[in-house]
Amino acid sequence: MIVVVSFLVLLMLVAAVAASVFRDLISAVIAAALVSLIASILFYLLQAPDVAMAEAAIGAALTAAIFIIAIRRTKRYEE
Amino acid sequence: MRRAVAILLLIIVALGISISLEKIPFGTLKTKVGKYYINEGREETGAVNIVTAVVVNYRGFDTLGEVTVLFIAAIGLGAVLRAGVGEGTKKTESASLVLYTGCRLLFPLILVFGTYIFIHGHLTPGGGFQGGAIIASGFLLIYLGCRERRISRTASNLAESLGGMVFVLIGLLGLVFGSYFLLNFLPKGTANTLFSAGIIPIIYVAIGFKVGSELASIIDNLIEESQ
Amino acid sequence: MSFLNSYIYYIGAFGLILIGLYIILVKHNLIKVIIGLGVLDTGVNLFLISVGYVNKGTAPIFSKPGIGSEHMVDAVPQALVLTAIVIGVAVLALALSLAIRLYQHYGTLNLRKVREQRW
Repeated sequence: MIVVVSFLVLLMLVAAVAASVFRDLISAVIAAALVSLIASILFYLLQAPDVAMAEAAIGAALTAAIFIIAIRRTKRYEE
Repeated sequence: MRRAVAILLLIIVALGISISLEKIPFGTLKTKVGKYYINEGREETGAVNIVTAVVVNYRGFDTLGEVTVLFIAAIGLGAVLRAGVGEGTKKTESASLVLYTGCRLLFPLILVFGTYIFIHGHLTPGGGFQGGAIIASGFLLIYLGCRERRISRTASNLAESLGGMVFVLIGLLGLVFGSYFLLNFLPKGTANTLFSAGIIPIIYVAIGFKVGSELASIIDNLIEESQ
Repeated sequence: MSFLNSYIYYIGAFGLILIGLYIILVKHNLIKVIIGLGVLDTGVNLFLISVGYVNKGTAPIFSKPGIGSEHMVDAVPQALVLTAIVIGVAVLALALSLAIRLYQHYGTLNLRKVREQRW
């Protein structure tokens, strides 16, 4: 059990560092959505099903969608 | 230079946090009010989901404040983006037949699923905010898949305003019947049934409509490009 | 090993907070700063939920009539985090609309160049 949790936390931190390093903004947004998804799994393992449902619906889906719509109206590559 | 100062600041913050982590042991009960809500929550409110009872009944005023913040953000986004000059319409191609039919088939199913989640908010995990977000995802599917069918703007504005007004009206009815704002004045009923827990299902239905139409209008304002 | 067992959630939450702060302080592009704001928000919510955990506890829902009320997880942080997640997405939407207006006015999203042009 502890092995699974530490693997998930490690993957979450690697995805957060990747969101900081990528120059293509759409890849950075997808890395941030992966952080939200793994946080939703950790919320479920901490016995909080309401919060897990809210984070999965709002953080992983709607946040990524409005980011991609806003990036499409401005530049795509960080200079 | 700026990067070195930022890393120094982060090291100081990390040291301060790790020193104070000794005072927060992991896995023990830390507050007494949580124990009180779990022990007395089922008889006082009639709801089976204690998180819903805390959000709507014990801390109902904070939920009213959160609904107000979401409303202000939606209005601000509409005002900022309406005043700007558009870039002109880009030429978009219409979607293929498979995508169009798939979106039209999936949209009522997603609406029914979201409605199921916010109606049963006091019995199972779920509630108004989760159901509203799922409904907004259904509208996002329509905006992305088949652009020719628009959702009428007056209907979404009407749903949003009605949801907010129902919430405040039920709070004021609590003032009329009893002693304080947002009093739980309807009968509690038997636990674990659909019509129980007083005003909690009615408030969550209003919040579900309001949050769903608000997030859908946020996406509508962001996609709309010209004029 | 027991140290890792008891503090792994805290390490994850504080790691996210530190990475989010680094993105906000160092990066130049405005949309990358807003992504850092979102990561910081997720870290704070994870920390709040992991404070309210009780060892061998279960979710605070009385689904069957026979479940006792001992050994349940604290319910108050979950209600607060539910509010915080929705407010976080509202703040992100408003910040992105301001970024779009900034791009339409100045023509660039680089914060160093925007700071040099005054009017």
